[in-house]
Amino acid sequence: MFAFIIRRALQAIGVLLAVGIISFAMFRFAGDPVNQIVSLDTPAAEREQVRRSLGLDDAVPVQFARYLGQAVRGEFGVSYQFRQPVSDLLAERMPATLELALCATLFATGFGVLMGVYSGLKRDSLLAKVFQTISLIGISLPTFLIGILLIYLFAVTLGWLPSYGRGDTVRLGWWSTGLLTTSGLKALILPSITLGLFQMTLIMRIVRAEMLEVLRTDYIKFARARGLTTRAIHFGHALKNTLVPVITIVGLQFGSVIAFAIITETVFQWPGMGLLFVQAVQNVDIPIMAAYLMLVALIFVVINLAVDILYTIVDPRLRTSIRQPA
Amino acid sequence: MTQPVLSVRDLRVEFVTRRGILKAIDGISFDIGKGEVLGVVGESGAGKSVTGSAVVGLIDPPGRIAGGEIWLSGMRIDNLPPEEMRRVRGKRIGMIFQDPLTSLNPLYRVSEQLIETIRTHTNLSASGARKRAIDLLAEVGIPAPERRIDSYPHEFSGGMRQRVVIALALCAEPELIIADEPTTALDVSVQAQIISLLKRLGREHGTAIMLVTHDMGVIAETADRVAVMYAGRIAEIGPVRDVVQNPLHPYAKGLMGAIPSLESDANRLVQIPGSMPRLSAIPPGCPFNPRCPYVFDRCRVERPEPIQHSEHRVACHLYDQSPVRSEAVA
Repeated sequence: MFAFIIRRALQAIGVLLAVGIISFAMFRFAGDPVNQIVSLDTPAAEREQVRRSLGLDDAVPVQFARYLGQAVRGEFGVSYQFRQPVSDLLAERMPATLELALCATLFATGFGVLMGVYSGLKRDSLLAKVFQTISLIGISLPTFLIGILLIYLFAVTLGWLPSYGRGDTVRLGWWSTGLLTTSGLKALILPSITLGLFQMTLIMRIVRAEMLEVLRTDYIKFARARGLTTRAIHFGHALKNTLVPVITIVGLQFGSVIAFAIITETVFQWPGMGLLFVQAVQNVDIPIMAAYLMLVALIFVVINLAVDILYTIVDPRLRTSIRQPA
Repeated sequence: MTQPVLSVRDLRVEFVTRRGILKAIDGISFDIGKGEVLGVVGESGAGKSVTGSAVVGLIDPPGRIAGGEIWLSGMRIDNLPPEEMRRVRGKRIGMIFQDPLTSLNPLYRVSEQLIETIRTHTNLSASGARKRAIDLLAEVGIPAPERRIDSYPHEFSGGMRQRVVIALALCAEPELIIADEPTTALDVSVQAQIISLLKRLGREHGTAIMLVTHDMGVIAETADRVAVMYAGRIAEIGPVRDVVQNPLHPYAKGLMGAIPSLESDANRLVQIPGSMPRLSAIPPGCPFNPRCPYVFDRCRVERPEPIQHSEHRVACHLYDQSPVRSEAVA
């Protein structure tokens, strides 16, 4: 097990190195950063000085090594537009995005699994057909449209929920949370649904298909022949066997939810990393874009590793095969 | 005669499909007594497994029991409400399936599956159930059961897994065990072990066993009586020695003729020409008539009812005639 984690960690470092090269390359190909910092009438000598102070006159490999060294320590340079360290900016925005992603994932997993199990067990019932229809909408409607529709219905027409922002937040150390105030929780509802709807329908469809598949297996038939209760068969034996694909989807989608919260954050003016990234793109603020890229890569890699470890907890057969690699 | 453990009377099972109703089982009757092993043989699709599923009440839609009665030790069970039938399953009727590799839930330890089953049907405590589970594993011949009980199914070999499956079927000391092709997926040497295990259990506990298989060798070795099924009906039923050595029904004759023998020096095995009719196209009269070498007019119009002939019961018009006629055939 330990060797397995080490092996996966080495692979993860390889992935991060590759992403590092790409994000570093952005500095060189997305225009001259000096032009972004100085004004149009800055004399050439002063430009040279800025260039030197940023280390942009060194050889490319030296710059890359310096970039990586700083990245490992969590330093991604100074934002061109805000004149603040990028790491501070991201740290400030991260809680908003993570809380949103977490709520969206919880919403998607909870409802997705429930609806999936239900429509797997009672696939001919009316409610199951309603779920199937909802899932079709969830899969085919683009996120921004869902967000706008929700805002129109619940914020504009009914006036129940805020249409933008995080509401009041409470600071716990460096982490600012909206989970502890009523307005913060209310502000979370619409963006979470918007962000999680696609995942929810995906999870629901997978759980449904897996349930149908598992219920046909011999061990379910044998469990019935042993006279176990329907409850024990459905929720003990069948549901657990559907979990491996569900974990894969929830895990990988959690990464996507964080990375693609950009759209939802823009629609709801949610002060998270996604909104920061969109502003950075508009202003060619390369340090922020590069750091964001690295961060998203790191999140994906960590989640992948966590998913692999979770598999072995659910399915004992994988434990043996990891202990004795074939 | 004492009361049979299982008594099936005129059982009919149908499958409702888009193209009409298919009769998978069409009026079969048989008994199994205490400690008796009834072998059920026939080609694929003859209705052997469906019969087993019908007895434990596991016919899934679109299938349904369309008629007849099933009695378990004097209690009618084919019309029980689902919850009561569930209590009969596993407690009074144990079932063993063909493939031990897929019969066990891969995500649970053997101990968890055994204890769950035991506690569903008895009011033993968790530790009492665990003790009983270890005893059961020992009984079905798993070495060092107290050490092996916490293994996962994939850590056992195929033969050992089938023993675990048998232990699971025995959890509540059922009166009847339905073994649906219990040895088909196993090596020949393991087959013999499993068969002798089943025989021993039947002998020691007086459990009635319904052994569904298409392997005549297994039947000849294990069963007391044998039922030969064809197209959802019982063609012939009788003591295993008689049926194997002196089959009456032309289909049974064909089936026995197809068993290779070491003693005789036959060049070719006898084949039954043609194949079993599909359920949607069972011919009128006797279902075997298109393949029967002794077919005559009556077979094409009138369905033969089972008739007693010495110790056999056989559904064939040949034996409804004068003894002269059947002599001529045999």
